[in-house]
Amino acid sequence: MFGKLSWAAVPFDQPIPLIAAALVGVVIIGVLAWVTLKGWLPYLWREWITSVDHKRIGIMYTVLAMVMLLRGFADAIMMRSQQALAFQSEGYLPPEHYDQIFSAHGTLMIFFVAMPFVIGLMNFVMPLQLGIRDVAFPTLNSVSLWLTATGALLVNISLVAGEFARTGWLPYPPLSELTYSPGVGVDYYLWALQISGVGTLLTGVNFVTTVLKMHAPGMTYMRMPMFCWTTLAANLLIVAAFPILTATLAMLLLDRYLGFHFFTNEAGGNVMMFMNLIWAWGHPEVYILILPAFGIFSEVIATFSRKPLFGYRSMVMATMAICVLSFTVWLHHFFTMGAGADVNAIFGIASMIIAVPTGVKVFNWLFTMYGGRVVYSQPILWSLGFMVTFVIGGMTGVLLAMPPADFVLHNSLFLVAHFHNVIIGGLLFGAFAGYTYWFPKAFGFRLHEGLGKASFWCWIIGFYVAFMPLYVLGLMGMTRRMQHYDVPAWRPWLLIAAGGAAIILAGIILQIAQLVVSIRRRDALRDETGDPWDGRSLEWATSSPPPAFNFAVLPHVEGEDAYWAMKQRARRQAKLGEEPGYTAIEMPRNSPTGFICAFFATVMGFALIWHIWWMVALAALGAYATFVAFAWRDRVEYVIPAETVARIDRANRSARSQALVAMQAAP
Amino acid sequence: MSHYEQESDAPYADTAPGDDHFDEDETAEGVGSYLVGLGLATLLTIVSFFISGTTLVWGPSIPVALAVLAIAQMGVHLVFFLHITTSPDNVNNVMALAFGVLIVFLLIAGSLWIMAHLNHNMMPMDQIMQMQR
Amino acid sequence: MSAFEAAAGRDDGWRDRQPMAAHAAHGQVSKRIIVGYGFWIFLLSDIVMFSAFFASYAVLVGQTAGGPSGRELFDLRNTAIQTACLLLSSFACGLASIGAQTRRGSWFYGAMAATFVLGAAFVGLEAREFAGLVARGAGPTRSAFLSAFFTLVGCHGLHVTAGLLWLLTMMAQVFAKGYRADILRRMLCFSLFWHTLDIIWVALFTVVYLMGAGQ
Repeated sequence: MFGKLSWAAVPFDQPIPLIAAALVGVVIIGVLAWVTLKGWLPYLWREWITSVDHKRIGIMYTVLAMVMLLRGFADAIMMRSQQALAFQSEGYLPPEHYDQIFSAHGTLMIFFVAMPFVIGLMNFVMPLQLGIRDVAFPTLNSVSLWLTATGALLVNISLVAGEFARTGWLPYPPLSELTYSPGVGVDYYLWALQISGVGTLLTGVNFVTTVLKMHAPGMTYMRMPMFCWTTLAANLLIVAAFPILTATLAMLLLDRYLGFHFFTNEAGGNVMMFMNLIWAWGHPEVYILILPAFGIFSEVIATFSRKPLFGYRSMVMATMAICVLSFTVWLHHFFTMGAGADVNAIFGIASMIIAVPTGVKVFNWLFTMYGGRVVYSQPILWSLGFMVTFVIGGMTGVLLAMPPADFVLHNSLFLVAHFHNVIIGGLLFGAFAGYTYWFPKAFGFRLHEGLGKASFWCWIIGFYVAFMPLYVLGLMGMTRRMQHYDVPAWRPWLLIAAGGAAIILAGIILQIAQLVVSIRRRDALRDETGDPWDGRSLEWATSSPPPAFNFAVLPHVEGEDAYWAMKQRARRQAKLGEEPGYTAIEMPRNSPTGFICAFFATVMGFALIWHIWWMVALAALGAYATFVAFAWRDRVEYVIPAETVARIDRANRSARSQALVAMQAAP
Repeated sequence: MSHYEQESDAPYADTAPGDDHFDEDETAEGVGSYLVGLGLATLLTIVSFFISGTTLVWGPSIPVALAVLAIAQMGVHLVFFLHITTSPDNVNNVMALAFGVLIVFLLIAGSLWIMAHLNHNMMPMDQIMQMQR
Repeated sequence: MSAFEAAAGRDDGWRDRQPMAAHAAHGQVSKRIIVGYGFWIFLLSDIVMFSAFFASYAVLVGQTAGGPSGRELFDLRNTAIQTACLLLSSFACGLASIGAQTRRGSWFYGAMAATFVLGAAFVGLEAREFAGLVARGAGPTRSAFLSAFFTLVGCHGLHVTAGLLWLLTMMAQVFAKGYRADILRRMLCFSLFWHTLDIIWVALFTVVYLMGAGQ
């Protein structure tokens, strides 16, 4: 009746997952109870869960990412502490459990922290920067969000029912085949990623269409902010690469569920083809992660150097070059699989070539800062930290791109240090820079500066203390994913690394404190005008937070740094531009489609994992019915009357006038 | 306001892919396009099937001929059924298609090249089967 | 219902197709272009997914594990009939597009019905072929080659089946709501989908059947 599911699936005999599951359960139930008792559910349903507004969806993506960061970091602390303790001992995590922890750590961090974080920031910022009211397909945006949340939910359900995969964040066969992984762990992984993969692909389609087809009047492609160019490149990569992931995971699912022989050892299956296909996705994936971060840095560095970005055209070309080149290097992830010197050499050279456009970007950022008047705020600190850290990580990457070096260092801790170097130094620092930069725009008040700077220093010092020892260990020959070891020379380095993790933990605690304190002190930290950083691009032309319709009248763009020109004109004339003629605005209606589809997807995923076939059929039917119901809608938009638009816009204009007057009066 | 048309990169309005600029009274032209496409595609299909089984053509060239015919037929579909043209209002559609074709080429050619090399380094299948007995 | 909502409902899509008026006063392109382009991008992603299955097939085509190969299994007459069905259904779909844009009910419903019948015939023939292979002990679990074959060809067949469901839904929507602008946009997407499936079939029958039968 319930397939493979039974009470034996709950880990009553394993204290650590049981306690973790209980904690998570308590938190979730606690939050739900608090929200319900405070009477916020109708508001949350109406304004957030069913919202198709890109700003709200962007914020929810970012919240998902940050919550999953806590879970993924908890896994990291467990890994570091296990390795610090497990010298000539078993440590406190048995191998079956340790394997699940490092698999969950990688899976969560890449798919449910990094991806949602950048997608959330792109979601919030890109339409504002383009001067438009929303993305091309707002309801599809909501579907994408909730499908991603479904994937995260399924991974977390594995704590309570069953187990997670033990195969690492990429489930290499034959270990991931049914013969060697007969449990439900790999199935949890596969269905979570297939479902959230659909969401991500739809986001890619959505954003590519938005950036290419929807601009404010006068905004040609070469006047778009750099962040929009990197959004375009990253989403082109999503559209091109995620189908490969879908196909490859589908083949593994067919092997596991229907006895096919794509990657089995018997009947002609080819295990190596999995590695080939999965990395053909996997390499573009890391560029999907890093390109938006590059875009964030372009925005932040230009704004806080108080200069236009240096070399706009070369930045655009470098971005699109990275986009195309990222599809020509994937073999460097399996140099040691035996393709031979010719193939290895070609891909090794290509991997070194792809470093060049990144170098172009780094130099352009440096030249942007040179001659500017740099303001030392949180976003610029994260950017400076990025530049140093990412360059080091990039250099170790180019080192690994040489096949002879890679043969020594493949799957050692050197590799682990390299990719954390570029992901944390590049993506995560970029995400935090974006978070601190655009937080006032999203919520109307700034983040506490002192706590933010303290958290930055903890993160960057903690990062170096945690990961530089791993480079050393890799060169000393320590392999990744070791549950215990008995080489005495490795011990001190692992202890230092564990200390680094503790320092990062301090950084995270400070970030949480920063959020709490900033909310408490929000009136003192209020952003009155909508332009707290003296920004250059169009999102700073709106109030903070922006109204639902973003712009009362779509701005007319005459050059790069569209908002800067408007602002300078206003300052010269000592007054704002003329009040525009306000008209009524049509906006898309909210819709529960995304949430309901995701509900059915969750049920379907869970049922597929546990082989409850009747539940699969019902859930599939439910999802299809939801889709048809959505397609049958007659009223898809609602109208905001001109008077409302006028009232909202006039409030912002008066705030900005006051600020302008104050600026003229001050010496 | 016509500023948008003057300042944008595309001096012409875009066409949606698959769409054709035609009005109610140009139905005959629309049907004509589909008829020509059907005819050409049928012809190419018949030739493909014929070539695959015949001895009139030099054997090793058959896969190449089939590939060329297939590509030609895909072109027929794109032009006559999907109305993809080289005019400026179709630029975005063609660019997107070109990007897709590039990725497909890199993926398939790259995978075949890599896997052939990997198989080259693998023990022959029958020896592996022998070891398993 | 305000004037705007009324206007939105009454828009018959004519304005969508006029070149210069495709840019509304506020400088944005028409919805038809946005929806069509977005679906085009989605189709390209679908083609990349198929190419991943193609790559697997090409790598595994020789791995018959002592079992039957393509030459022994493929019936080219069946393939030819399938090809004819799908090609004719593509033609019918084109006529249906014209019928929708010119609002001729007989054209639209007739051509859509023809598309459905031909598409269903395609799927039926393919299902029969698969059943026959399984009965002969040449099912997808027999060898890697057969796994790849069933997956690649079956994925295309699943797409066609989904398209048939979509086709019926389109006919129902036009019947219930008329030739409204948003329904015409969906018709555009459907025809893009259907023609693309035929393009993929060209690659399929060439690489899998014609080249496979010659091995």
